[in-house]
Amino acid sequence: MAVNYKSVPMREQLPDIRRKNFDEVPLGYSEEEAVEEAQRCLQCPKAPCISGCPVNINIKGFIKHIQNREFKEAVNVIYESDTLPCVTGRVCPQEDQCQAKCVVGVKGEAVSIGRLERYVADRDLEQRANDTKSIEINENLKAAVIGSGPAGIACAADLAKAGIKVTVFEGFHKLGGVLVYGIPEFRLPKRIVETEIETLKKLGVEFIKDTLIGRALTIDNLFEKGYKGIFIASGAGLPKFMGIPGENANGVYSANEYLTRVNLMKAYKFPEYETPVLKGKSIAVIGGGNVAMDAARTAIRLGSEKVYLIYRRTEAEMPARLEEVHHAKEEGLIFKMLTNPVSYSVDDKSFVKKIECISMELGEPDSSGRRRPVPVNGSNFEIDIDVAIVAVGTTPNPLIAKTTPDLKIGKYGEIPVDENNMTNKPGVFAGGDIVTGAATVITAMGAGRNAAASMIRYFSDIEQ
Amino acid sequence: MIKIIEKYKLGPGMNFALLDAPLIAESAEPGQFVIVTIDEKSERIPLTIADFDRENKTISIVFQEMGKGTHRLANMQAGDFLYGVLGPQGNPSVIHENKDVIIIGGGIGIAPVFPIARKLTAHGNRVTSIIGYRNKDYVFWEDKMNAVSSSLLIATNDGSYGEKGFVTDLLKKEIESGKNIDEVIAIGPPIMMKAVSDMTREHSIKTIVSLNSLMVCGMGMCGACRVTVNNEIKFTCMDGPEFDAHQVDFNELMQRLGTYKNDEQKCFEDWQEENNGC
Repeated sequence: MAVNYKSVPMREQLPDIRRKNFDEVPLGYSEEEAVEEAQRCLQCPKAPCISGCPVNINIKGFIKHIQNREFKEAVNVIYESDTLPCVTGRVCPQEDQCQAKCVVGVKGEAVSIGRLERYVADRDLEQRANDTKSIEINENLKAAVIGSGPAGIACAADLAKAGIKVTVFEGFHKLGGVLVYGIPEFRLPKRIVETEIETLKKLGVEFIKDTLIGRALTIDNLFEKGYKGIFIASGAGLPKFMGIPGENANGVYSANEYLTRVNLMKAYKFPEYETPVLKGKSIAVIGGGNVAMDAARTAIRLGSEKVYLIYRRTEAEMPARLEEVHHAKEEGLIFKMLTNPVSYSVDDKSFVKKIECISMELGEPDSSGRRRPVPVNGSNFEIDIDVAIVAVGTTPNPLIAKTTPDLKIGKYGEIPVDENNMTNKPGVFAGGDIVTGAATVITAMGAGRNAAASMIRYFSDIEQ
Repeated sequence: MIKIIEKYKLGPGMNFALLDAPLIAESAEPGQFVIVTIDEKSERIPLTIADFDRENKTISIVFQEMGKGTHRLANMQAGDFLYGVLGPQGNPSVIHENKDVIIIGGGIGIAPVFPIARKLTAHGNRVTSIIGYRNKDYVFWEDKMNAVSSSLLIATNDGSYGEKGFVTDLLKKEIESGKNIDEVIAIGPPIMMKAVSDMTREHSIKTIVSLNSLMVCGMGMCGACRVTVNNEIKFTCMDGPEFDAHQVDFNELMQRLGTYKNDEQKCFEDWQEENNGC
């Protein structure tokens, strides 16, 4: 059979329409489209795609089942390695992972592994939630999971399935962590996250919201309360700012604040929802990652006339997922590459009015292997703006470190762990962004599952 | 869900609520705050903890009706449930021993200074409390403040109760009397805290203020609450809410508090109209 080098496109909302709503952009495959796409998979003996996946999903195996229209079997193969396929099918940077290794991709378009994953996972989502039954739980084996983001969810699910009594502590008043406050509805519909949480509840997982570990309770308090193992998945932490003049002007946001206002607090439905956000006619977003892209595309949907993406390197170095860059361009995002902000100026009421930038050029490679951007002297210029969103990364939240004196902390404030996701403190495990710094949903989820496996071993040791 | 056990008016637009919040009551300390969500549509409303009772597992909040959120909160009654209360947040007040301390509370800011004054007194400090109200109708917790202070001084803007003038007028007298003052702790409207700070700076008296900056998450992930202290960015929720007053950029704090003035007003007016309509 001849190899088909073109992948089956996924239907999407058209750019002019989706610019005005928060509904999901890609609409998903139909059964026929999914099977047709799956047929493009060569079922290579070595299946290099699997080694490209951070959690080594048996990609070849699940695609084979789709070829045979065995959709339930297909998704079950994914569940062996991935707790949240509806999520990862949507937000994984497949082009850098599994699809980068796809043999078909050498000469043509790689097999759309992410889209196929999404298809079978979506098909099973409701069914799985309905089918999930609680299993017998050993009330003496209590585990605490700190944070209800991807790492926490994945860990809690595996612990609960092993009969351990799990309590998840979440600081916010809603569950899901970055999946609800960070990633916008148009990229990840919140009903998916809600269904995943419902499934966990059916497994017997208890959730305690509005409770921040490190304030209301410390790690040691949790041990005193009878938790025998603790998984810290508290996430990425405090937003970084650039330290340039005018950065505290009204209308200058961290991406975390902007996205939290719009996603978690639903400021796009203001005043029905009561949290406001400055909409702005002309918006500058600073950064080149997925968070910058999410903020920029959110700003477009809130009706801004011009949204600029200001990034100090070139598009080739942008860490953002390719599909998001592509979608953002279609939606009219203005790319200002090789550009770095220098300062903000304000009006008489301290609202931001202009951003001054300097042009950059690429010099010698830096520690990341990417060519270092250096300013071009005298190239300063201004852009009129009324909102700026700073998306230049985060630093770990220091609270748990500060309140757990015997927990070893790395030099950037991260929590170091061994290959079992165990910290230096007995019974305390950690995973996700608090360990790695800002990373992807799938690596956090993988860490959560690895930690759960270690915790299950740890529990069986202490039980004996 | 958090149950409101008791709820009453303290004065015009001023409200007291007692909440059934065992976990928060267990660890709350003076100087800390909570974030209240009324329901899924509500803003996250930061409020200082006005009191806590570990035995009865309750905390108290005191709040003024400002926008839609606090008006809706004011309309709730004993027996109603709040969607969520996060806390205790922020760092507890630093309490020294055996010092001469002046506590200043302005308006609704008197509620959060009360547990601080109580703890100071319990730690052998001599506490002079200066509290200021708009006029006599707004007077609340005079007796509570009296019970935890070595001496209590009261001012009203119009002189209808206590001395006529501002808390800074009474502070000035205390400073000029030549008494020893080791520390001043002031909580109230930013303009009041700024005025106190300007006055004590001249006399090199250490002064602590509790900042009521904009806030969304309250747990160090959003940066909405950032303030400039000693020319550095600090997060009120993580590094504060109490800071050395002489290092705080009050002008920036007040400017940032004005960010959503128009939105908030519109939101409130729409709500008022709706409510009057039905």
